[in-house]
Amino acid sequence: MATSLQRGVQSMIEQIDAPMATFFSACVHCGLCADACLFYTETQDPKYTPIHKLAPMRRVWQQEFTFWGKLMAKLGLSKPVTDAELAEWEPLVYDSCTLCGRCSLVCPVGNDIAYMVRKMREGMVASGHAPDGLKEATRRAIEQGSPMGITIKTLQAHFKHAEQETGLVVPLDREGADYLLVLSSAEIANFSEIIPAVTRIFHQAGVSWTMASDGFEATNSGIQIGSSDLATELVNRIVKAAERLKVKYVISPECGHAYTALRWEGPNLIGRPYPFEVVHIIELLDQLRSAGRLRTVGMDDTRMTFHDPCQMVRRGGVIAQPRNLLDMVAPNFVEMPDAGIQNWCCGGGGGVSANPRADELRLKVFSKKKSQLDAVNVASVVTTCSNCRNMLEDGLEHNHMDLSVIGLTELIAAHLAPAEKQ
Amino acid sequence: MSQHALLYFVRGPGLQIAAVMFVLGMVYRMLHLILLGRKKNLAVPRGSEWGGGLRTMWHRSLVSGTQTSRGYFILGAGYAFHFGFMITLLFLSQHIDLFRSVLGFGWPALPPGLITITAILSIAAMIALLVHRYTDPVKRLISDYQDYLTWALTFLPLLTGIMLKQGIALGYQQMLIVHIATLELLLIATPFTKLAHMFTTFSARWYNGAISGFKGIKV
Repeated sequence: MATSLQRGVQSMIEQIDAPMATFFSACVHCGLCADACLFYTETQDPKYTPIHKLAPMRRVWQQEFTFWGKLMAKLGLSKPVTDAELAEWEPLVYDSCTLCGRCSLVCPVGNDIAYMVRKMREGMVASGHAPDGLKEATRRAIEQGSPMGITIKTLQAHFKHAEQETGLVVPLDREGADYLLVLSSAEIANFSEIIPAVTRIFHQAGVSWTMASDGFEATNSGIQIGSSDLATELVNRIVKAAERLKVKYVISPECGHAYTALRWEGPNLIGRPYPFEVVHIIELLDQLRSAGRLRTVGMDDTRMTFHDPCQMVRRGGVIAQPRNLLDMVAPNFVEMPDAGIQNWCCGGGGGVSANPRADELRLKVFSKKKSQLDAVNVASVVTTCSNCRNMLEDGLEHNHMDLSVIGLTELIAAHLAPAEKQ
Repeated sequence: MSQHALLYFVRGPGLQIAAVMFVLGMVYRMLHLILLGRKKNLAVPRGSEWGGGLRTMWHRSLVSGTQTSRGYFILGAGYAFHFGFMITLLFLSQHIDLFRSVLGFGWPALPPGLITITAILSIAAMIALLVHRYTDPVKRLISDYQDYLTWALTFLPLLTGIMLKQGIALGYQQMLIVHIATLELLLIATPFTKLAHMFTTFSARWYNGAISGFKGIKV
């Protein structure tokens, strides 16, 4: 894609809709968003104040959408946005924002700052100022089908292992199944035990499901980098596979941004409603639980806590379901301080984990998660996002903390009651 | 122009012009913002946009969430300023007389001594907020000339009002002219500056609450 400053500024202008312009108009520069952002709280560097990350786009808004700004621009008295400025802002917009949306919760005038940063990224990409790591991940997703370069062959090898382990068939390209399961590449690469886990759960609960050879990757780097064009292409692969297989539901996996991409942004990206519903794997498991179709045996006495992925709680609204599931198997479950909608980010969301330049900063701000975990003194932390899981493992190792990190679906699978119909 | 004629002007046509500019300016500003529009959301909703929007419009007016000294200070001083300002504006008997002449109805006034307290409270909070804006590293970084300009525009009617009431400096009539003129300046500037947040705050909260409400999240 050809990029230039002009295209970037033009893209920012196109991104300014009623909410965006209202948010800029309403900001009173009170600075309260700083205290909600772990990049500020853990570094105390004012440049990480969330609203400051939008400063160049704010000037675009002023110069194009306000009376004084337009007047000043006509008189040649305003400072246009420059390439050098956008280059300077790139680490602020990408390395130090995980789109976690905690700032959007505290803003007294009500600005949804994460919504604003997401939109600013569209302009940053168009101007050529996106991190190389994230650009590469997006290129691999578009060209190879997965940001981590995972192919259907790799996935089929995992299916074979899962089938040997469970004695069950992992259905692929089964037309007319009720549910299409997609996975994130972080799961396939690092936590492939998810495949036998869901195979056993769905077998026990009698769920009619399949995976698709042409639409298995749920990670959407396009959303993270901020390119609607690329995000649309990635979502479309899943939509086409779901339509080809005539499924009623698509299951979003344990991946926060994949859920945002598929559940909330997807229909708007492709410009039409889906002919199927999107359900997060944890939402589905909780539905099965309440219908009595998901049954567990035994308990895990480990003292454990739960890390709410930002895109699942604040940005996704899946809050009670994981707790309902934990109640089935974890009697010694305790909540971290700020758990739920106010939970602090793992530090690696919004494409930060795909951007090696941000690693040092990400590990530094992990001190917030460390203090949350230290407060509850647990042996395990459970989560429902494979990217959070990676980031937690990385941060714990960096801090020499001896905690295990567990995916909730696998925890449930480990306590699954024997299926009634074998 | 004689002093008397000047007073007649600021209290009559001057105030009318300022009020009309304020109302038309704000109507234009709000319409301009709303008419920018937003794309229809094609995802399947899990909750109500209006429910979430209205909830957040109200909820963000309540003290919540903050756990830092910066947060406590800003909320405390912010509340003191806004309440002090509104009570002074709406419950001084002379102000109510003015509202009655424009609106055709009035309401009971608060004792003048109490209004002196609310005005001083508001002035003190504004001075504290200005010092904080200049000394707090976060606020200093994100502030621009408008933050200081609008501070001054808001401060002047309060300051001249208390000077008028306490008989500090100038004659009564002269001070009254200055006091009304500063108010007119504030009214005229509002639609064109960040003072417009007196309205956009509520639409911003609505959008934030609606975006989350659509997803079934209470923010």
